[in-house]
Amino acid sequence: MAKKVAFIQGNEAAAHGAIYAGCNFFAGYPITPSTEVAEVMSLELPKTGGKFIQMEDEIGAMAALIGASLGGAKVLTSTSGPGLSLKQENIGYACIAEVPCVIVNVMRGGPSTGMPTGPSQSDIMCAKWGTHGDHPAICLVPASVQELFEETVRAFSLAEKYRTPVMIMPDEIVAHMRERVVFPEPGEIEVINRTAPSVPPEQYKPYDTSFGDVPPLAAFGSGYKFHVTGLNKMQDGFPTTKAAIVQAEEERQVRKVEANKADIMKWEEYLIDDAEIVIVAYGSTSRSARYAVNAAREQGIKAGLFRPITFWPFPEERLLEISRKTKAFITPEMSLGQCNGVVKGCIEGNAPVYGIYHVDGEPVSPDEILNKMKEVK
Amino acid sequence: MAYDYDKWIRPGKLPHIWCPGCGHGIVMKGLIRAFDTLQLKKEETAIVSGIGCASRLPGYIDCCTLHTTHGRAAAFATGLKMARPEMKVILCGGDGDGTAIGGNHFIHACRRNIDMTYIIMNNYIYGMTGGQFSPATPTGHKASTTPYGNPDPNFDIAKLAIGAGATFVARGTAFHAAQLDKLIVEAIQHKGFSVVEILDDCPTTYGRRNKFKSVIEMMNRLKEISVPVKAAEKMTPEQLQGKVLTGVLYKEEKPEYCEQYAKVIERAQVGK
Amino acid sequence: MEKKLPNIEIIEKYCKGCHICVEFCPTKVLEMKGFVVSVKNLEACTKCMQCELRCPDFAIRVHAE
Repeated sequence: MAKKVAFIQGNEAAAHGAIYAGCNFFAGYPITPSTEVAEVMSLELPKTGGKFIQMEDEIGAMAALIGASLGGAKVLTSTSGPGLSLKQENIGYACIAEVPCVIVNVMRGGPSTGMPTGPSQSDIMCAKWGTHGDHPAICLVPASVQELFEETVRAFSLAEKYRTPVMIMPDEIVAHMRERVVFPEPGEIEVINRTAPSVPPEQYKPYDTSFGDVPPLAAFGSGYKFHVTGLNKMQDGFPTTKAAIVQAEEERQVRKVEANKADIMKWEEYLIDDAEIVIVAYGSTSRSARYAVNAAREQGIKAGLFRPITFWPFPEERLLEISRKTKAFITPEMSLGQCNGVVKGCIEGNAPVYGIYHVDGEPVSPDEILNKMKEVK
Repeated sequence: MAYDYDKWIRPGKLPHIWCPGCGHGIVMKGLIRAFDTLQLKKEETAIVSGIGCASRLPGYIDCCTLHTTHGRAAAFATGLKMARPEMKVILCGGDGDGTAIGGNHFIHACRRNIDMTYIIMNNYIYGMTGGQFSPATPTGHKASTTPYGNPDPNFDIAKLAIGAGATFVARGTAFHAAQLDKLIVEAIQHKGFSVVEILDDCPTTYGRRNKFKSVIEMMNRLKEISVPVKAAEKMTPEQLQGKVLTGVLYKEEKPEYCEQYAKVIERAQVGK
Repeated sequence: MEKKLPNIEIIEKYCKGCHICVEFCPTKVLEMKGFVVSVKNLEACTKCMQCELRCPDFAIRVHAE
């Protein structure tokens, strides 16, 4: 049987990807340019028996998400810059309490209200450091509508597997462009669910590290009773200020992502092998970059593209390796150098890293990238 | 016979963190008696709280407990209740947590009429942070951030709940300990969003700044200002000056949120 | 007929010495000894249970038939 194919928008693809992954609860608050995710979820979720709620604000949406996830639901919210700022409080809660949840953040101009309908890539640091304290961060940055669908499915698996919030962050261009999407058959993309406890309720501890860095998570209402708090906690979930326990738990929370980078990280290399100039670009900007790389090759410039699909954790070891034989890096991005700084931070000064920065609501054009390559060649 | 509170207290968690004379412990005992009366199942009962002294209550009670972020209990609980409509979901917290930083979640939980019970312990102050004024601190009273007297008007929390659409609203006090479980039982049995405001005392950060000589004086004040709704019917406005009504203040039947959403699912699945 | 006296159990490690039980006992059965409550006059106890009910600290249990 032929696969189902549709010509849909990025935001719609994210919603359909969530449903493919088994999402059965959505809480959100209207915000441009992400509202289509909520609209599709409000239409499609109840058809599957899932539940949609429009909350009173962004903070409440993130809170409801965590409450539902602790009740055993697979949960999604969608937002954009100002909403991401508001959600940070409870994103931190999900990090420390280790509650799986998926957040679609469509990147628009900022700070503050900024340019609500303009594209941007300037939330990338907010995805890592937006909530206070040390915490793990997983952030996926798809570049096409098909990839947005597939990465949303993967976002759920990562959230469930590592008991942590996962952000999927298309820029406004990827979120609003329409492309052909081939829907995978059920089972075609692996869907991982959280590990349920193997011990009886009386022996259950929500942070029992004898099961590894990611302890099994029971659901409230499933016969297990336990305590969850945003305070630093012990293995049984109750608060503690004991130095050794707090230190160990904080380190474990970060380690469960850091030690599993190989499983989480994903990137694409295009014409990298002999490249002298490497463009590091993600999201819609990587599409301009690919075009520019092809044009440069035609003109005899040995150019290549390194495209992070997972921005956090960033594929820094691989980029360091590449930097040893690269003459120059260029980071075109719709921000004032957030990606540029990350690249500089991992290549140990092996090559200069030039930036092309747009925060004017306009995408970076292939010509700009090509011209920069000629300039630095 | 002595009441066996132990069956709902988590082993090893007492003594609790609350100060000498704080009424939160009296409220917790009322809540336990209510759970006991209703024969709730621990695995099917959740208590969700925010931040503050009163929000530490769930840690002591042996059921599914969720201590969330400041003011957000109602929103966390809404998600949990939607995911698990069969669970009994109880919220608890203080006046600052519930009506200042959590005010928005509070009024919208009332409006939705989702079947949960919110126990608000109103001690007129932010206790845990050292006695700053809350939306419930009476005008003119002293707090650590109103050293010249509170210029703000205060909320009537029960009226706020009624105005926002809660379908069961009651008020008790920490002095009237014997009535607490009865009010809470009725609130939990009510289908819809129920609010029980419990006037409480904070001797440490409110009492000492407002010329209360002792915990006993604070308790006696709760006794003096309270008038049961039935008794109030026979009193003149002059007699009711400075008094606070107690008992069940409001009750109505309205469609409950989870049941309404179940109908949404039915409509979505028509012809499927 | 001889009056059967209750057993008022004080859990001293829970008592925070707030005086509520002492003050609101209608027959003044209890008193403070240092920072902790103790039974002064058990004979006067009417088993009204007010002390147990009002104790915020779970520190009093009145065992009566």
